[in-house]
Amino acid sequence: MLRFPGGGLMLQKDFRRLAMILLFAPFALWIALLVVLPHIGMIRLSLREKVAPRVYEFGFANYLDFINEPIYWNTLLRTGSMSLLVTALALLIGFPIAYYIAKLASNRTRGALFLICLIPLWVSDLIRAFGWILLLRETGVISSFLQWAGIVNQPIEFLYNDVTVIIGLVYTVMLFMIVPLVSTLDGMDNSMIEAGYNLGGNGFTVLRRIIVPYAMPGIVSGCIVVFMLTAGSYLTPILLGGKNSSWFTEQIYNQFITRFNWEAGAAFGILLLLFTSTVIWLGLKLSGQTLANTVAKS
Amino acid sequence: MRIKMTVASLLAATMLAGAGTAQAETLRLLTWGSYAPEELIQKFEEEYPDIEVEVTFSNNEEMIAKLRATGGAGYDLAQPSHDRIYAAQLEYEIYKPLDLSKINTDAMQAKLLDGVKANTTIDGEVYAVPHQWGTSGLMADKTKAPDFKGWDDLCDPQYKGKTSMRLKRTILLGTAFAMGEDPFAAYSDLEKYQQILDKVADKLIECKDNIKAYWNSGDDLSAMMLSGEIVASETWDSTAYKLYDQNQNIVFIPPETGALAWIDTFAIPAKGKADDAAYKWINFVLQPENVTIMSASTGAIASVKGAKDLLPEDKKAAVNAAFTDADIDNLKFFANIPPGVEDMEGRTLEKIKAATGG
Repeated sequence: MLRFPGGGLMLQKDFRRLAMILLFAPFALWIALLVVLPHIGMIRLSLREKVAPRVYEFGFANYLDFINEPIYWNTLLRTGSMSLLVTALALLIGFPIAYYIAKLASNRTRGALFLICLIPLWVSDLIRAFGWILLLRETGVISSFLQWAGIVNQPIEFLYNDVTVIIGLVYTVMLFMIVPLVSTLDGMDNSMIEAGYNLGGNGFTVLRRIIVPYAMPGIVSGCIVVFMLTAGSYLTPILLGGKNSSWFTEQIYNQFITRFNWEAGAAFGILLLLFTSTVIWLGLKLSGQTLANTVAKS
Repeated sequence: MRIKMTVASLLAATMLAGAGTAQAETLRLLTWGSYAPEELIQKFEEEYPDIEVEVTFSNNEEMIAKLRATGGAGYDLAQPSHDRIYAAQLEYEIYKPLDLSKINTDAMQAKLLDGVKANTTIDGEVYAVPHQWGTSGLMADKTKAPDFKGWDDLCDPQYKGKTSMRLKRTILLGTAFAMGEDPFAAYSDLEKYQQILDKVADKLIECKDNIKAYWNSGDDLSAMMLSGEIVASETWDSTAYKLYDQNQNIVFIPPETGALAWIDTFAIPAKGKADDAAYKWINFVLQPENVTIMSASTGAIASVKGAKDLLPEDKKAAVNAAFTDADIDNLKFFANIPPGVEDMEGRTLEKIKAATGG
């Protein structure tokens, strides 16, 4: 067996490198196999034009189709604006809850409160949507209760409109807003708030100048996750939505499954990704934030 | 510790089960919900102990999408409707030709068999034989909508907010017939068909205000109908028969222009691995005593001779309450969908869904 002076050191270095590679490998594989490759496939598929059965040509027809058909981009804009509304509502409702959990609740109740927020996630999207259907339908719990209480004298339909879709979506994504907010607010020193009051600030100034800036990383990452989840959701808008509520993911499903038009479906998928990415980029620019000092920190 | 034990025994059980299937042949069925009742599967596995049946429930569109994704692999027997085979086979080559000598075609009703054969023959090869047939039409609560008789009654203002339909191709075709057109005849002249579709779209957009909601599945349709939230709807006959069991006032109504009839078939995927087992299953479900079990589960009528007599008693009553012989003669069988029509219809449906008027 050959021995070199300093061989032990070499060996240690090699081990370290090997460990690095092994630790990095799952991440790299995940990104490459499950994110990059499928998207390359989708882009390739979206650039195919069908000219005859089993004959395809390279071209941008699917994207042109999208531009030339107002129904498609109207649906995309609708989906985008409703998703922004859902994000804003989730932030408005989620922030006080997160603040209470992180700052005001005692250690014991904090766990319990977190658990209560988590519980709805233990059942699937589908079941939660059916829950809302049972509550809101014309012969459902709320309508029957209102009639029983004598507040209204005929059944009311709460289901099948955009308001229901928004309620259902806010409910579904609330947790993804609360968790990052709690974790950022948790790290804030209470003395900062006290100092704000000592220097003569009122409740609103303290919120605006101290709490919100401190919570910014949590707010931004919460908003990004919520917006992406909402724009990409399928079940809730389909089940709760009414005659006029189109959602862009429904268009993608229709292209793929009902119309056997995988090429257009792939193009729509890419467009949805580009659209949501642009909205998030715009949001970051407008609020003067970057991914590095928000999402990476929260 | 106990959890570990359970996991270990579960693992062992799966491995044993896996070892068991390694020797036996597996028949992978791709079919509609309720088209493979547990009772029939058990009976089949008793008769052929070396075959194990695995079932995946699906619908026409998803069947084609699934088989297209794999080039026809992953399943050994599929059951698409008769009008959805020709174009799918031309475009994606997902089925293989049937060996009719291995199928007991004598048991089938000649009219249905010939119809399906005519619909699914490509280059002289037959790709499907009929299994069960049923119709799409209307249902209404007799006490609340006694005069309901045509597709256009769904848009009658006296039932405002009390009707429903599924926003799929059936309602486009039904409405076209109600407007005095023959959409199937127009399949050969797509320009004419587009004109019909435009007229239908205008009509259905105008009608939107009359509709409570578009139903997505038999379950939400049943819930709306049984709770009385709607009094009439476009429907599959089998859904109406099931509701008839629970409320005798709810009956299936073949529209005056004719109910639209579909035939679900047997077709063998291009890369199926158990053709013999598939043929055994086909012949097995054609046997009269098995037809009754199947129809009890599906609510549809088998394509075998004397099928109506083989229906279970409750279904027979529902069918008799719905159909007269004249209605049967008036059936409009779905015509083969030529390439391109799905896209035209898809655009029309999108237009209707996106319209806010009415």
